[in-house]
Amino acid sequence: MEIKTRPKTFIDEICAIPGGEGIRLCIQCGTCTASCPNADKMEYTPSQLIAMARAGMRQEVLSSNSMWYCLSCYLCTVRCPRGIKQTGLMHAFECLAERAGLSYAGSFTPTMYRSFNHFACALGSLPEFGFMAWYYMLSNPLRAWRMIPVAWNLFRRGRLSIRARRLTPEGTNQLRAILDKAESIGGVS
Amino acid sequence: MKHYTYFPGCSASEGGAKAYNWSARAVCKALDVDLAELEDWNCCGSTPSSSVDELGAHCMAARDLALAEKKGLDMVTPCSACYVIFNRTNTYFNGYPQFRAKVNEALAAGGLEYRGTLKVRHLLDVLTTDVGYDAIASRVKKPLSELKVAPYYGCQIVRPGFGFDHPESPQSLDKLIASLGSESVPFPLKARCCGGSLIISEEDLALGLIRKIFDSASSNGAECLVTVCPLCQTNLDAYQSRVNKKFKTDYQLPVLFFTQLIGIAFGLSEEDLGLKTGIVPAERVLAKYV
Repeated sequence: MEIKTRPKTFIDEICAIPGGEGIRLCIQCGTCTASCPNADKMEYTPSQLIAMARAGMRQEVLSSNSMWYCLSCYLCTVRCPRGIKQTGLMHAFECLAERAGLSYAGSFTPTMYRSFNHFACALGSLPEFGFMAWYYMLSNPLRAWRMIPVAWNLFRRGRLSIRARRLTPEGTNQLRAILDKAESIGGVS
Repeated sequence: MKHYTYFPGCSASEGGAKAYNWSARAVCKALDVDLAELEDWNCCGSTPSSSVDELGAHCMAARDLALAEKKGLDMVTPCSACYVIFNRTNTYFNGYPQFRAKVNEALAAGGLEYRGTLKVRHLLDVLTTDVGYDAIASRVKKPLSELKVAPYYGCQIVRPGFGFDHPESPQSLDKLIASLGSESVPFPLKARCCGGSLIISEEDLALGLIRKIFDSASSNGAECLVTVCPLCQTNLDAYQSRVNKKFKTDYQLPVLFFTQLIGIAFGLSEEDLGLKTGIVPAERVLAKYV
């Protein structure tokens, strides 16, 4: 006999991510929203985002700007009376949006995260100068000139290294092999 | 002597927070704490990586965890971001068998395996818990009496909380400052966010958060801030003039790493502590002690 299973929903997808299963416990008390330093910048507040995700509004959630304003300060997470890991949910929404090609285009935060990840994966370390230069090139080169005073102040105190710290060739290859394998496995869920 | 595996992180090793690394090493040496740097470590992946490629980010962290686990010692990092990332990977690794299997499958491609036994700790935890306030106080040569310090914890050292200090009203840094002979001012925003990496992509928003922190510290009479995180230090120090310009304020608050403050009280040299690397000059405030 054929067993019919219901199609996988957005909430199933979220629950399969480590830490995501808590989303089912939300009582919509709004503590996360009230604690969030950036809730007023978000299209949908953290508690709205949870309600929408539970209603299956995948497209609306993943294309919103909300999670890209998450500061990863974890205030919502420590205050949630239901033990939901909202900061982890925000990261999960970001990754799902990236995979679906839905990342919000009205902020440079996704570009900044991608630039960071690009360097961290390729070199195994984060050269701050290179990362910033790359980010400004991809986002808005005109804004780079505004950064000159900050960069100059860091540079003259020896805090802006042009050269990146490099791993040994063996270490670089090892990291490459691990990350290639991780990519072939796909996501965490 | 106490022994640890040491993970400086990108900012403290080669980046903008070199003085944190120097001062951490100098202070640990004075306290008989041996920091053996993890060989060939890679970037922990930090929060940005886990926002675009979750499994890849966890695997970056897991390579370091696997390498450090072989050493058989607790791993200590001075960076709050590295601290939160490693502990998050550890929590998932030990709580979700499927996640564990995926991470180890990826690690195997590099000839590594992680068993999930490594304990990752913040340097502030090690110095206050393992070494202790009394041992630190007994090493003080120049008590920092009269110096009014705002202890800034930021977020990720105490949240989401990996068993070290209170997530919203932490006390360890306050007590540490007291053991150096100085006074920590009341500081309601001591564990609020500095804007983190959004200072790069959403500067105006982050400057507003930083301003609130300065306001809280300075209205309570602080002469300087002390931080436990390279990113917090950079945001509060390198962007202080931007805050002043944007909000027409006049904050002149030097932002020191907590290890620099300990080093000053221990009478260590200015060079060893990298005191000249601060952008907001600390000379005036520290004139009596350095």
